[in-house]
Amino acid sequence: MAKSENLNVSSASHHGGDDGHHDLEGMRVMGFWIFLITDFIMFGTLFATFIVLNDSTAGGPTGAELFEMPGIIAETFILLTSSFTSGLAVLAMNRGNRKALIGWLAVTVLLGLSFISLELTEFFTLVHEGANISTSAFWTAFYTLVGTHGLHVSIGLVWITAIMIQLARHGINPVTKRKVNIVSLYWHFLDVVWIFVLTIVYLMEVM
Amino acid sequence: MWDNIKEFASEFFVTGDPLIYGADVSIALTLIAVVTALTYFKKWTWLWKDWLTTVDHKKIGIMYVIASLLMLFRGGVDALLMRTQLAVPDAEFLSPEHYNQIFTTHGVIMILFMAMPLMFGLFNLVIPLQIGARDVAFPFLNSLSFWLFFFGAMLFNVSFVIGGSPDAGWLSYPPLSGKDFSPGVGQDFYIWGIQISGIGSLMTGINFIVTILKMRAPGMKLMKMPMFTWSVLSSCLTIILAFPILTITLALLFIDRYLGGHFFTLDSGGNPMMYINLIWMWGHPEVYIVILPAFGIFSEIVATFSKKRLFGYKSMVFALMAISITSFFTWAHHFFTMGTGANVNAFFAVTTMIIAIPTGVKVFNWLFTMYRGRLSFPTPMLWMLGFIPCFVVGGMTGVMLSVAPADFQFHNSYFLIAHFHQVLIGGVAFGYFAGLYYWWPKVFGFKLDEKLGKWAFWFWNIGFYVCFMPQYVLGLMGMTRRVSTYGWDKGWYDLNLVSTIGGFLMGIGFIFQVWQILHSIKFMKKAPADPWDGRTLEWSIPSPAPVYNFATIPRAEGKDWYWEEKQRIAQGLPPSPRPKLEPIHMPKNSGIPFIMSAFWFVAGFGLVFDWLWMAIPGFIGIVVCMLAHSFNYKTDYYIPVDEIKRTEAAAAGRGV
Ligand code: HEM
Ligand SMILES: [Cu+2]
Repeated sequence: MAKSENLNVSSASHHGGDDGHHDLEGMRVMGFWIFLITDFIMFGTLFATFIVLNDSTAGGPTGAELFEMPGIIAETFILLTSSFTSGLAVLAMNRGNRKALIGWLAVTVLLGLSFISLELTEFFTLVHEGANISTSAFWTAFYTLVGTHGLHVSIGLVWITAIMIQLARHGINPVTKRKVNIVSLYWHFLDVVWIFVLTIVYLMEVM
Repeated sequence: MWDNIKEFASEFFVTGDPLIYGADVSIALTLIAVVTALTYFKKWTWLWKDWLTTVDHKKIGIMYVIASLLMLFRGGVDALLMRTQLAVPDAEFLSPEHYNQIFTTHGVIMILFMAMPLMFGLFNLVIPLQIGARDVAFPFLNSLSFWLFFFGAMLFNVSFVIGGSPDAGWLSYPPLSGKDFSPGVGQDFYIWGIQISGIGSLMTGINFIVTILKMRAPGMKLMKMPMFTWSVLSSCLTIILAFPILTITLALLFIDRYLGGHFFTLDSGGNPMMYINLIWMWGHPEVYIVILPAFGIFSEIVATFSKKRLFGYKSMVFALMAISITSFFTWAHHFFTMGTGANVNAFFAVTTMIIAIPTGVKVFNWLFTMYRGRLSFPTPMLWMLGFIPCFVVGGMTGVMLSVAPADFQFHNSYFLIAHFHQVLIGGVAFGYFAGLYYWWPKVFGFKLDEKLGKWAFWFWNIGFYVCFMPQYVLGLMGMTRRVSTYGWDKGWYDLNLVSTIGGFLMGIGFIFQVWQILHSIKFMKKAPADPWDGRTLEWSIPSPAPVYNFATIPRAEGKDWYWEEKQRIAQGLPPSPRPKLEPIHMPKNSGIPFIMSAFWFVAGFGLVFDWLWMAIPGFIGIVVCMLAHSFNYKTDYYIPVDEIKRTEAAAAGRGV
């Protein structure tokens, strides 16, 4: 449908610097990197509060008592794999293979969904065992930090899905290309944050 | 049923205070007047097409300025109410509860809804023009930032008549701001009003960093950028590092209040001190975020009106960067007295004093720029001159406060109030006024009346000293901040009365400014492109700037390229060659930022009142708006060469 307008957008962005136009796609990627820095500071703040409140269980259950590591390891494995499949999607895009691109994105979304459902199951079990967000400062910090990561993953899922639809409609062009690159950057970022969650929240707690 | 409604209404609408009934009536009348006027003059489409949906950075800048001046009015009325209460001992003008609400809303509004948007307004009005760009990096995001600020500020402001204002101070320390001590909705208005506008501020920070790094005219190397642009860059870098901390801090406070969390509660392991650390890790840099651009403005003004190149360019850049970095290592000086320990206090005392060094460098550079310059004193320059003594005194009292042992004496006294108003009014407010006066002709295409402007200047300046100098003394005499009344026996009577008179003198200054603007609109004197004989790129294009700013992008080599170009032409050399006209690529207007921000308002209002039936549709609306934007590929258009030629000819014909 809107093919010609796409071309319009993309040719405009490669007009050269002199119409005062600059490299639109490049600017967007740079803007996204800066956004990631701000997001990183947000997570950093959450990690800092978690570390401060690490021992503030106020006589309630501790993490070491309730965490079930096999589930967490499975979550980790799934998220790492999804990061890998999103990388494969970008490779397919660079080869110009739209079908493979959409396919790998779909796999990524499915993996992300199973990550989220495992996480929700974990939360429900914990609540069932008597640790909810208002049990103690420790649990407040736990749910906030891990939940914020989960919220980010969920936003990513909606976002990737929206891009898949756009790819189906418009094909691979500079605009959709940039969108795929950015979303996969975001997805890798969530992976890195999760490694920190795994280490600081779970491993350091149970060891 | 009827009783239920009555009970609900008496909680929902704030009742029982004549001041608030007055506000209700005036809000209702203003709304009716605006709606009637828009309908009568058939201006609704104009409003929507030309303003609410605009992505033009100049118009967005104008809207920021208007909104922030309205907030200056509201915050100023708050200030005068407080000063009226304090003018005489044992006064019963404001109840203690009402006084608490007023100092809270005054502080929040002045810093977050007056200073920040006025600053963003100046960024928008000036930066693209000064670096030779046609727009900011992300015009759509820019409009979204504005509307988020606007709706966030409105959400905060309605607390006055709906539900009740926050009253735990402008930084809302828990446990006072927690559910146990502040069960009402005021704190929730605080959280969501600031949160929503804060997201906008964060995006503005990102937007202008990319704009400055990526969109400068060819030839303008980083070390050749105008000083205002440098100050905006350093301010924006500070924003992107500091505002995420605020976002999280408010979110945590919200989780405590709404979901029964225990981050900052007194029981179940919570730690209120953690809030105080977090809020000042944002709060102190925030103070520098608003002052750095003022430094940039003064640098521009002092060079223009001394007809000299700015003295010590490199050291100025270095000082800006040094200040923005150091500002992150001083936060604990706000709670020396809270038992952090002597070593920690010593560290933060030293880092605080270090900031005085780059600041001093800047002041000396401005003085050296004026030295042997060909000086002239129109209003922008007057504000610059008024600023210097004010800031020097404010800086010195700041260093006094940074001495940790001394702070045990000054802490939370009127000495502190006098100090920070001296830097906030003398530095930030005077700085932005100077900037507004300086760039006004460029933005609006007409000059402001100088005579009324001088009246405003003198009322503000004299009023300032009359208001705040007595407060230093009051602080030393033991008067603490946030007291709503005091007895005759304290002996604070005369100084407080003098201080109140000073406050009203500043109020008169503000009235003069409003009068000045109205008067200058009525007797409009068209402004030339270059009314001050300026040095930077923005003066090389017509006033007001056309939509596309620059018909052709200049090659801006040299620090004061436009000034040098004028010298070259005066010597009879031909002007630098410009590329030939080409169609100009422009972003299309969009209604999404406005609608999305309105949904944020709905969601925020719902959360304030714990109404999920309202909050959830609000959040759904936000997501739908984002998707609508993502799916929209028709976001730009071209201005054909013919039209550019016509616009330029018309501007030239206006007698530039
Ligand atoms: C126009 C003249 C102004 C007057 C007469 C004035 C007066 C006052 C007064 C009486 C207080 C309350 C002191 C107390 O009882 O603790 C106050 C607090 C405050 N003012 Fe102003 N003010 C003015 C302008 C400003 C400006 C321009 C700013 C910021 C840009 C500002 C920021 C603050 C802050 C942050 C507080 C602290 C609020 C709190 O304690 O939570 N003020 N001001
Ligand atoms: Cu500070």
